Amino acid sequence: MEERYQLNKELAQMLKGGVIMDVTTPEQAVIAQEAGACAVMALERIPADIRAAGGVSRMSDPAMIRSIQEAVTIPVMAKCRIGHFVEAQILEAIEIDYIDESEVLSPADDVFHVDKRKFKVPFVCGARDLGEALRRIAEGASMIRTKGEPGTGDIVQAVRHMRMMNTQIRHAVSLSEDELYEEAKKLQVPYELLKQVHDTGRLPVVNFAAGGVATPADAALMMQLGAEGVFVGSGIFKSGDPVKRASAIVQAVTNYNDAKLIAELSSGLGEAMVGTNESEIKLIMEERGK
Amino acid sequence: MRIGVLAVQGAFAEHSAKVCQLGAEAVEIRKRHDIQTELDGLILPGGESTAMRKLLTELDLLEPLKEMIQNGLPVFGTCAGMILLAKEISGGGTPCFGTLDISVHRNAYGRQLGSFRCVDIFAGKEIEMPFIRAPYATNVRDNVTVLASHDNRIVAVRQDNQLATAFHPELTEDFTVYEYFFQTIAKRLRK
Repeated sequence: MEERYQLNKELAQMLKGGVIMDVTTPEQAVIAQEAGACAVMALERIPADIRAAGGVSRMSDPAMIRSIQEAVTIPVMAKCRIGHFVEAQILEAIEIDYIDESEVLSPADDVFHVDKRKFKVPFVCGARDLGEALRRIAEGASMIRTKGEPGTGDIVQAVRHMRMMNTQIRHAVSLSEDELYEEAKKLQVPYELLKQVHDTGRLPVVNFAAGGVATPADAALMMQLGAEGVFVGSGIFKSGDPVKRASAIVQAVTNYNDAKLIAELSSGLGEAMVGTNESEIKLIMEERGK
Repeated sequence: MRIGVLAVQGAFAEHSAKVCQLGAEAVEIRKRHDIQTELDGLILPGGESTAMRKLLTELDLLEPLKEMIQNGLPVFGTCAGMILLAKEISGGGTPCFGTLDISVHRNAYGRQLGSFRCVDIFAGKEIEMPFIRAPYATNVRDNVTVLASHDNRIVAVRQDNQLATAFHPELTEDFTVYEYFFQTIAKRLRK
């Protein structure tokens, strides 16, 4: 199992510097692949529509996920509800490449997450800070992403989560070894994982940005803040010209420090998704699963 | 020694670290400007080959890099890098550089559940080989030397200045494959 976990962390390493796009149909999956996505997230409704529809949001129809697996050669991810280990078992049974135990769907368990160490397929989980990230890793997540606030087109929460993570990592690095025990207690995380952060100055797994990315500038902002890649959900297929925007975001993630290029990429992209400010939304998804 | 590491997407940082550990300089290549200085070798990392091909095209890197490879620049491709070099992709897919006389079978071991690690022989030496959603080579022409096979599948090849592995030596502690690549570079520099 240890070897499997290593391989799963390594698949995340292969995704670095890339963009993972939400898609709802095989056609969209092909568009995403052609635009340069390094993986796709198969789901029935993108977060903005989940938000608009309300009600209970569940794992997607396996038949729909399969049709997307057949349409593309890049890795296919899919979401299960927080704590819903049977949805996770189903996704493993159809040989999904990565499971996102996601706060975008309605949580199935308000206390426990899925024991991800019991699975052979890898998991990615959302986190707002170092504590959440290391707890998910302790449970077996082999990749972390910021939670952001999905389906809003507002980058402020993802920025907040990435900055918080960075600050806490720098703090952990600065502590003396005997102070780490107390810090582990405060963060409610295993000492060994915190010690790894202390020694290496980074999370033990790959860390992507997610939630609210709508423009090439948003994507580059997250990369400059230290994200190793970007998830884009509603931002692409809720915009005026998905193909052009998708490909612009992919290029902005590669050359995130090149302002001249990003200026070009940002020109004439058509309408961005309509954003929602944090004060205007009722359902705060980032609060799910701590 | 300056080694260019293609850094448009994928696990390029891992390769750069290896190159530096061997005492060479690693130059990350993300745009045209990055290949204006002289390079002694080029590494094409693991990642997603479709994403890389798209970015190579859009960033005007494909043609100049292809020309450099054709003119003898030592190049080393791992996993997706092997696919970028291959002349033919079985089951469809557009070749990228197409300079290496092999066909590749993409995702040949299936999805992530098919990823594995093994120990096998590369150019006469036992090394660790991690395969992540890996391809393997089929239809290898006469001018191509097979350097490693696993379970009767060809997983490492060489043709003149081009070296390709289906596995990821950058994810192990071993330097055998890099040393092999660096010898190719050294030979060229001596000429």
